[in-house]
Amino acid sequence: MKPASFDYLRPATVADALAALAAGGDDARVIAGGQSLMPMLNMRLVQPRLLIDLGRLEELRTLRAEDGWLTVGAAVTQAEVLARPTLVREVPLLAAALPWVGHFQTRNRGTLCGSVAHADPSAETPLCLVATGGEVVLRNAKRRRTVPAADFFLGPLTTVKAADEIVECIRFPLARPGSGHAFREQSMRHGDFAITACAATVDGHSASLAVGGVADRPTARSWPLVDGGLPPDLDDALNAFAWDLGGDDDQHATARYRRDLVRRIGRTVLEEALSCRR
Amino acid sequence: MPPLTSPQTPPVLAGETRHAVSIVLNGKPRTGHAHPRLLLSDFLRHELGAHGTRVGCEHGVCGACTVRIDGVAARACLTLAVQADGRRIDTVEGLAEANQGRMTALQEAFRRHHALQCGFCTAGILMSLTDYLGRNPKPTEEELRDMLSGHLCRCTGYAGIVRAVMEITGQTVEEVAHV
Repeated sequence: MKPASFDYLRPATVADALAALAAGGDDARVIAGGQSLMPMLNMRLVQPRLLIDLGRLEELRTLRAEDGWLTVGAAVTQAEVLARPTLVREVPLLAAALPWVGHFQTRNRGTLCGSVAHADPSAETPLCLVATGGEVVLRNAKRRRTVPAADFFLGPLTTVKAADEIVECIRFPLARPGSGHAFREQSMRHGDFAITACAATVDGHSASLAVGGVADRPTARSWPLVDGGLPPDLDDALNAFAWDLGGDDDQHATARYRRDLVRRIGRTVLEEALSCRR
Repeated sequence: MPPLTSPQTPPVLAGETRHAVSIVLNGKPRTGHAHPRLLLSDFLRHELGAHGTRVGCEHGVCGACTVRIDGVAARACLTLAVQADGRRIDTVEGLAEANQGRMTALQEAFRRHHALQCGFCTAGILMSLTDYLGRNPKPTEEELRDMLSGHLCRCTGYAGIVRAVMEITGQTVEEVAHV
C-alpha cells in the first residue's frame, strides 16, 4: 500500500500555503500530522495532485487560553494538548477524551484540527468540539470565517469547509465553574475507532449529552435538571435520543447495539458528570 | 520586493522526480533520494539500507514501523520521507550503537523475559518504549499496557514485554493478572 504520485510543497508561510491551495483547487490537499490522511493516501482512497504540508508552520502552533476560549492551532498535536498541565481545568472534557484518541504513537503526530477537518463520525475531537459548543476557524487566501461546531459537520468525512480553506484553528469554550464533565466510549480495542462515544456536561441548570459513532455526525442534546438532579424520566429521554440518532449496521456493531450503548453509556457519563461538578 | 527577512517558500517538489532528503539517522547525517510519495519506512529500508525498522500494515495500526522523529515515537509508514527532511530519526539500530555496541538494559530485559519470539514487532516497541519511558520513567502496568495498545504482537501476548519493562523500572508484575 503506497500512495499514488503527488507533488509536495512545504510552504514557509500560511499565506503561501493558502495561495497554493487556491491554485490547486480540488486536486490539492493539506496535511499536518497525517494520522488520518496518510492511511487514506496509502490505501489510495485519496489521490491528490498536490500535497501542502502545514506541519512546520510556526503560525499554526497557537495553543493558548484567553478571553474564555482555548485556541488550538492546526499544527498542534494531540500529545501537546494532552501534556498541557492546565487542560484539566480549562477544558476538562477534552482532557478526559484525548487519551482515547488513537494511541500514544499516533497522538505524537496527529493534530486536533486534522481530526476535525477529517470529520470521522466516531472521532473524539469533533465530538468534544460539538459537546462544548466550540468553533472552527476557517481561512482561505482572501478571508477568515468562524463556524460553530454544531454547523460544521455535515456527515461522514464531509464538512462545510470549502476546498480552498484550511482549518486554521479550533476554539473550545473554557469550562464554566460548577460544571462537571465525563467521557466514555466503547471500541473493539482501546485506541480503535469508537463504536459509540459519549460526552456529558452537567452545569447548574442542565445536563447535556453528545454522542459520536451512531449518527453520521457528532450530535448533542440537553435536558433541564430537575431538583438539582438528572431528570426522573432520563431513561425515556435517552431512548428517544438513541432512536433519533439512528445509526447503521457495519462490521463492528449493529445499529441496535449502538443505540443500546447510547442508553447505557449515556446514563453512566451523565451521572459521572453530575457527581464531579466543581 | 518582499523584505529579506521573510521566509522563502521552497519550490514545489515534483511527484515524478526524486529529491534529496537529508536526515540525521542515529546520530549520523545521511542523505538519500525520494519521490514525494515515498514513505519514511521505505526510505529508511530501501534508500538508506537501515533494515531494522519493520513494515507491517502500512496504515498506522500495527506499530511495527515505529521510529523516533526528533525524539518522538511515531509511525514511519504515516510519514513521508520528504516530511522527515532535516529531522533526527532514531531507529532500533541506534540503541546498541549509542551503548558502546552492547544491547541496552531494555533490550537485555526483553531477551531475559522472552519479550519477543519472531521479533517483527520488537523494533517498533523498543522505539516507543525509549520515548515513553523518558517521559514516564515508572509507568504502572495499566499505563504501560495502554501504551502497548499501539503495537500488535502476535507471539508473546505482551506478558513478557510487560515483565521486561517492569523489571528495568524496578517494579514487579502481579503474576496472576492477565493470565
